[in-house]
Amino acid sequence: MKNIFDSSVYEADESDVRAYKRVMTSRAKGRPTGKDYIDNLISDFIELHGDRHTGDDPAVITGIGKLKNMPVTVIAIEKGHSTKEKIKRNFGSMHPEGYRKALRQMKLAEKFARPVICIVDTSGAYCGIEAEERGQGQAIAENLVEMMRLKTPIVSLFIGEGGSGGALGLAVADKVWMLENSYYSVISPEGCASILWKDSKKMKEAAQSLRLTAYDLKDLGIAEKIITEPENLKDFKRIYYFLEDLLFDEFSKSKELSTQELLERRYEKFRKIGRIQGL
Amino acid sequence: MLKKSLFQKPENRLETYEKIPVKGEQKQQGPEIPDNMFINCPSCRETLLSADVKENNGVCIKCGNHFKIGVRQRINMLLDEGSFVGMYGDMTSRNLIDFPGYDKKLEEATSKSGEKEAVICGTGKIKGSSAAIFFMNGDFMMGSMGTVVGEKITLIFEYAAANDLPVIGYTISGGARMQEGILSLMQMAKTSGAVMRHGEAGGLYIAVLTNPTTGGVTASFAMEGDIIISEPGALIGFAGPRVIEQTIRQKLPQGFQRAEFMVEKGFVDAIVERKEQREYLSKLLKLHSKEMLV
Repeated sequence: MKNIFDSSVYEADESDVRAYKRVMTSRAKGRPTGKDYIDNLISDFIELHGDRHTGDDPAVITGIGKLKNMPVTVIAIEKGHSTKEKIKRNFGSMHPEGYRKALRQMKLAEKFARPVICIVDTSGAYCGIEAEERGQGQAIAENLVEMMRLKTPIVSLFIGEGGSGGALGLAVADKVWMLENSYYSVISPEGCASILWKDSKKMKEAAQSLRLTAYDLKDLGIAEKIITEPENLKDFKRIYYFLEDLLFDEFSKSKELSTQELLERRYEKFRKIGRIQGL
Repeated sequence: MLKKSLFQKPENRLETYEKIPVKGEQKQQGPEIPDNMFINCPSCRETLLSADVKENNGVCIKCGNHFKIGVRQRINMLLDEGSFVGMYGDMTSRNLIDFPGYDKKLEEATSKSGEKEAVICGTGKIKGSSAAIFFMNGDFMMGSMGTVVGEKITLIFEYAAANDLPVIGYTISGGARMQEGILSLMQMAKTSGAVMRHGEAGGLYIAVLTNPTTGGVTASFAMEGDIIISEPGALIGFAGPRVIEQTIRQKLPQGFQRAEFMVEKGFVDAIVERKEQREYLSKLLKLHSKEMLV
């Protein structure tokens, strides 16, 4: 029964659903957010706050819980559902302290040999005065380095928007899995259109050209899995069941790898992107 | 709507006699001056002789404002004469995701800058100390990082790790290169991995940030130096000032994201003027040389 989620079954439909439609779906109202995934996938979840330097970034929820019977660390960007919640969560755009908060939890996960699940859903890292003052660039850069050598398995799950460096700061992972209607891009289609063509209305062309859909990402060798979505948001329950098994299997398998092998594979996953042959 | 021209004063020859040159008549002027003989310093507004500025390594002789300079001039300025050995110089970018107009952009950038990509890598000596180096090139698509830039920088860190060399990297960049989509973004992770491995092998990495260093380069190898220095006044940030202004809908304070600000906030170790850099880097390299440890 679970085979209906096998990516190959749905791939044929890709050509008639345009990239921009997926981008719109990824932002749609009512789409499950990070917290919904935690509530449905993780039992006994204990939320842990703060980066121990500046403060606590509400745009990201971090903590520990159980995936089936396995203790895991969860780092989930949260956009919020209601307007009030959205404002509180800064629409899922993290400040530097958010990346440092995430890193603190990853270090704890490493210490206690817990796998890490990163749930990514952001239009991008926040651009504002305070974010720059506190070193947005440095915070993301540090995560890239530290995640590359974190001695515990990491899976990054893209559930909606995957906006540029802000998403990558939680996505230097052993496995990148994407929901069918999530996207992952170097720049938002609007941003691309307004910079390159000075016309933000050309967003549809930009979305298509940037190759940002889950299917594109799989073709380009960046995402390993596509999780197909039910047509009705109410049927999302099935996705949670499916993901629970999938994540559990993945972490059980990675336990068989030595730390060195795990890190070597992670390095190689990124090292090979854009490698020029014959050198 | 009324035409704007209706409100313009008609040209009256008697009133504007001095201003409008009559056709065929030469305007009274001094000797002819070539366009690029003088430049205006945007900082102190002084008019300067281009030759003077060039001789002064592209620094204003009045106020010390650092102008942009070409990547080759930088190499000559910094390294011991004849010590530079270029590496991976033949690598060129391809339009990997068929992005509209990218091929043409690449062609233009190549002919405009005379270089094949936005970074030059190699080895060289600074006052006798050897180092692996990379210099980003702002004249090539604003120094944006695509797969080739990412690959070359990764390779130079791998080379330095294998050969026990320190790395000195000059950054100037608008960020990740949009035209290569997600593949550009992945270069941030890739280069960070290489920096990490070079560091774990005990290698020293000094990043020198020049104006401007932004976006994906700031959020990766530019901010990962063991020591990070910057040229005076350089713009350093994750988001560009215009993007921030659009997001928060207010003007940014004077000096925001400039090198001095970054030192104040604790993200840059020191500001080093262009003419001091050779001496400064040479000192740092000597302090980290293996002989010093004996």
